[in-house]
Amino acid sequence: MPGVQTDVYVAIEEAAKRLYIEALKTIPPEVQTALKRARERETHPNGQEVLDIILKNIAVSAEREMLVCQDTGTVIYRLEVGEDSPLNLAEVTRRLRVGTERATKEHPLRPNAVHTVTRENTFTNTGRHLPVMHYDFVPGDSLKMTCLPKGSGSENQSFMKMFTPAQGIKAVKEFVLQCVVDAGANPCPPTIIGVGLGGTSDLVTSLAKKAIFRSIDVRSDDPVMRELEAELLEAANALGIGPMGLGGDTTALAVNIEHAHTHITQNPVAVNFQCWAARRRSATVSAAGDIEIGF
Amino acid sequence: MATTESAAPTTSGELRLKFPLDDLDALRELRAGQKLRLDGHIVGIRDATQIRIFDKGVAPPMDLTGAALIHTAPGVRKLPDGRFEKVCIGTTTSTRMNRFTQGLMRDYNVRAIIGKAGLLPDSIPFLKEFGGCYFAITGGAAALETTQIEEIEEVYWEDLMPECLWKFRVKDFGPLIVAMDSHGNSLYEDVKEEAQARLRNLVAKL
Repeated sequence: MPGVQTDVYVAIEEAAKRLYIEALKTIPPEVQTALKRARERETHPNGQEVLDIILKNIAVSAEREMLVCQDTGTVIYRLEVGEDSPLNLAEVTRRLRVGTERATKEHPLRPNAVHTVTRENTFTNTGRHLPVMHYDFVPGDSLKMTCLPKGSGSENQSFMKMFTPAQGIKAVKEFVLQCVVDAGANPCPPTIIGVGLGGTSDLVTSLAKKAIFRSIDVRSDDPVMRELEAELLEAANALGIGPMGLGGDTTALAVNIEHAHTHITQNPVAVNFQCWAARRRSATVSAAGDIEIGF
Repeated sequence: MATTESAAPTTSGELRLKFPLDDLDALRELRAGQKLRLDGHIVGIRDATQIRIFDKGVAPPMDLTGAALIHTAPGVRKLPDGRFEKVCIGTTTSTRMNRFTQGLMRDYNVRAIIGKAGLLPDSIPFLKEFGGCYFAITGGAAALETTQIEEIEEVYWEDLMPECLWKFRVKDFGPLIVAMDSHGNSLYEDVKEEAQARLRNLVAKL
């Protein structure tokens, strides 16, 4: 590749293997902190019991270097591509795929990817259009690759709706909260509620997914959305669904909203839940080819 | 009856049960909200396994009488001698497999299902009729669960990997919560009904 040593792509493939395995074994620190805080506040006995088990499980997986959850998920990558990064994105994408396949075989990890009609398993956790890839351009010359193995208990609880402008923000709020009730115990609460607002039907769905890539310690950069995030989180936790849907004060750890402008006649909303086992790992590749692993 | 004796509460207030049950009516004494731990054997089963049993009409090559099933598709490593070593054994969402409850209890005498997120309300009549229970485990807590499974003793239908029929030997498996009992109670329905009522109040204030 012009301007870049081929070695860097070998290193990216190694990093991809490592990101997938490490993501499955470590819960991001901010999520761990939120779960501990939730346990301190929880008043429902079932909620307390479930949060105790969750915290114990995180400790056991760290101590013994075990996978946190059996669902090794669908691998989703978000690439934040520096406008001046010298890397060839097509080659990076190929390497992330090979790294995913190697992690699956070499660890080994449970194979989840099947043909959507015949249900035939590829045994690699890759396949047609898998891993899922999202690309965003950002200022700078580095590339940040975030691996999010998405558990299916939460992914199966995904919702999208095109409201009208006349239905307004009230309909959007009611929809998000109804999704929380309908999802109930299924997405392994306490969840991170990813909400996409605006755009088009395809964009709003991918914005909801982008929202769960964001750390729960980071609030929206738009004050209108920040207020909405806080309002929806308070309302979601007032529903009493609780950890694993068995009752309690903690139904969600955060509401993260990503938004886009939309058409004058549209008012789209999408919801994507992330389970409490909110696994995520990232690697940043500098222009010089150095790789730093993080969350 | 050994099962009844072993259902005595431990000092921590948790019940203890051994599976498979000798007495198919043993779970009728359980009530939603109780906590318990299991010993003995539990059987791993999932979507593809049950599609084969009920939609394709292939009888399971294992006696499920008095069994506790667990909704799982484990991560495993195959050993040179053909046995399977556990890598990660956790629990999947039960609501997906709700339509198999009646057949499991009526045709194969299964009495307990372990999983996350519960069975739907239309399974409640079958739990009542057959004296069955649903035990909730904490979804995502697979590391802990794996340490409580001593061994994968038998595996059938390897062509469905990882959705085979698995026999696990367990010790101190839990704590589990009786989330649905044989008296018509479901913690999931109670929580959902309350949440829907609270939502109506919240929406009025939006």
